[in-house]
Amino acid sequence: MGRYIIRRTLVAIPTLIAISFVIFLILDLAPGDPTAQLPLTIPPDVRERLRESLGFNDPMLIRWLKWLQQMMINEPLNMVEQIFGITIGESGSRTRILSWASRAPVVDTIIERLPQTMWVLGLAFIFGIIIAIPVGVISAYKQYSAFDNVGTFVSMVGYSVPTFFTGLLAIVIFSVLLGWFPSFYSTTHVVDWTSWGSIWIQIKQMIMPVAVLSLFNAAALSRFTRSAVLDNLNEEYVRTARSKGLGENRVIFRHVMRNSMIPVVTLIALQIPGIFAGAIITEEIFRVNGLGQYLIRSIQGADVPAVQTLTFIFAALTVFFNLVADITYGILDPRIRYD
Amino acid sequence: MATTQERAGQTTEAPVFEDRKHRSLWSDVWRQFRRHKGAMVGVVMLTIITLACFVGPYFYPWQPEAQDLSITNLSPSWEHPAGTDSLGRDVLARVLVGGRISLAVGLAAMTIGTVIGAALGILAGYFKLLDGPLMRLTDLFLALPILPLLLVIIMLFRDRLRGLFGPEMGIFILVVSIIGVTSWMQTARIVRGDVLSIKKKEFVLAAHSIGTKERRMLMRHIFPNTLSPVMVSAALGVAVAIITESALSFLGLGFPSDFPTWGRLLFESKDFLQFAPARVIWPGVLISLTVLSVNFIGDGLRDALDPKLRSR
Repeated sequence: MGRYIIRRTLVAIPTLIAISFVIFLILDLAPGDPTAQLPLTIPPDVRERLRESLGFNDPMLIRWLKWLQQMMINEPLNMVEQIFGITIGESGSRTRILSWASRAPVVDTIIERLPQTMWVLGLAFIFGIIIAIPVGVISAYKQYSAFDNVGTFVSMVGYSVPTFFTGLLAIVIFSVLLGWFPSFYSTTHVVDWTSWGSIWIQIKQMIMPVAVLSLFNAAALSRFTRSAVLDNLNEEYVRTARSKGLGENRVIFRHVMRNSMIPVVTLIALQIPGIFAGAIITEEIFRVNGLGQYLIRSIQGADVPAVQTLTFIFAALTVFFNLVADITYGILDPRIRYD
Repeated sequence: MATTQERAGQTTEAPVFEDRKHRSLWSDVWRQFRRHKGAMVGVVMLTIITLACFVGPYFYPWQPEAQDLSITNLSPSWEHPAGTDSLGRDVLARVLVGGRISLAVGLAAMTIGTVIGAALGILAGYFKLLDGPLMRLTDLFLALPILPLLLVIIMLFRDRLRGLFGPEMGIFILVVSIIGVTSWMQTARIVRGDVLSIKKKEFVLAAHSIGTKERRMLMRHIFPNTLSPVMVSAALGVAVAIITESALSFLGLGFPSDFPTWGRLLFESKDFLQFAPARVIWPGVLISLTVLSVNFIGDGLRDALDPKLRSR
């Protein structure tokens, strides 16, 4: 197992480098120019020097390698310095990935926006699992019952209705008609953890994005849980467990659940990158100032370094959670033997 | 599956059952499919939506492009069943015409994705030499963050293709081809798995022993036996493609505004939520109903094509 984990991790590194190259290659075709936003009064030779200083005139391969160095070496070093308050080497002369739009380091903006995304996504993810697994297990255990029929239909609907429609519908119903929640996320609200009023405002503005996203996650997951449990309920070992006189609870929770959770846990890990894609849409609807919204703004503003870095982060997350899914599958199911 | 089909054929043609009508594989599949209530409702609903989108506009009094600034932002009424938008255009007319594009994108992108997926899956499963590289490629595509990449690609190539094929055809080709090119991976994996097991069957050995050529082997013996997983993933592919197109348009990076699709109409109406909340309903409901029907049809197909579930 240990060798398998190490080998899979080592394979992930060239994959990531290949992906970053593909993204760079696609972006290199962009007609973007870092000096396009500057006033027209700047003379052409100054403009040219600006381009030179940003490294815009280097060949593509050089720019890619520079970016790779900044992303993989410089930024992690900066983070280590900030966390531990130490200085490693000449930290002042280390170049950083600069946004063309704001001239600020892209990674700083990402760190600024990360908490909002993580809160919404994390809560949606947890609530999705909390809803989906009991619903899936009960549906399977009481197959063709009223609960199962309703549950299966609702999860099919939840899985088919896209989040950009449920989100708008939620705003129409709960903000416009009922006025319960604010229609968009207030980015200036700073949560004061000592005052209930402040926390309540934060909860109120997070309810809709979290609910929309978690219901969507729950729908897909409960369908999958149901079929995984159904597969196991028909196995012989369940009959054996019952015939030796085990209580129904014990059969379900100790025998069936443990076996059917193997594919479910894998799916949960595989779903995480998809949740990030869902975040792009949810953040756009509810105007949450997270990473998804940053990506959309950078794409609209042709901010190539920001787009490059964000897309790479999404790719890295996908690769990472694929790896986690493979490894958990191997750990949970000893029958899986990888060569 | 051909073997089971042949065996089934032999038993039904045995003298004892002589009065029984001959049953082909597809009539069995159809009989099982009809039993799936959700799938039948899906077929009916999808037919109605398709007819409404492609035939409906000819019988509907309002033109989708006709602007009338004296009747902007009307609420639904008998005259305008879905109200009018900020330029006084009839929303229902736009929704119906927009459906044509959404459905066309779904079908076209699914076709591209399925053809690529099936071809790569068969090649990877059948030729041992190609298996490794093709599956690495599949893994690489699966690891790409699809939605961000689609957004980036559309931003970059929109203007260029618009110049080449005109504003409408250009963006259609772009959206369809990138959705197709990024959605073949699941099909390829399933087909490869199937081909790996079909390859070991006796009928393939028999075909080999009478000297069947490789090309004929693939087209005549291997490919028809992978049809059922291909059909199921094609059905689900339509749903995914429609949702992806709507998501792109919803983020403002799909079709231009003079070219309505359901996602684009949602994008336009979301800024008028406060005083025209009803306008998001129509395009949203139609996207949801279409995707729901397609998913139910996919479910029904999966059940109908599964020989274990199909009763004899």
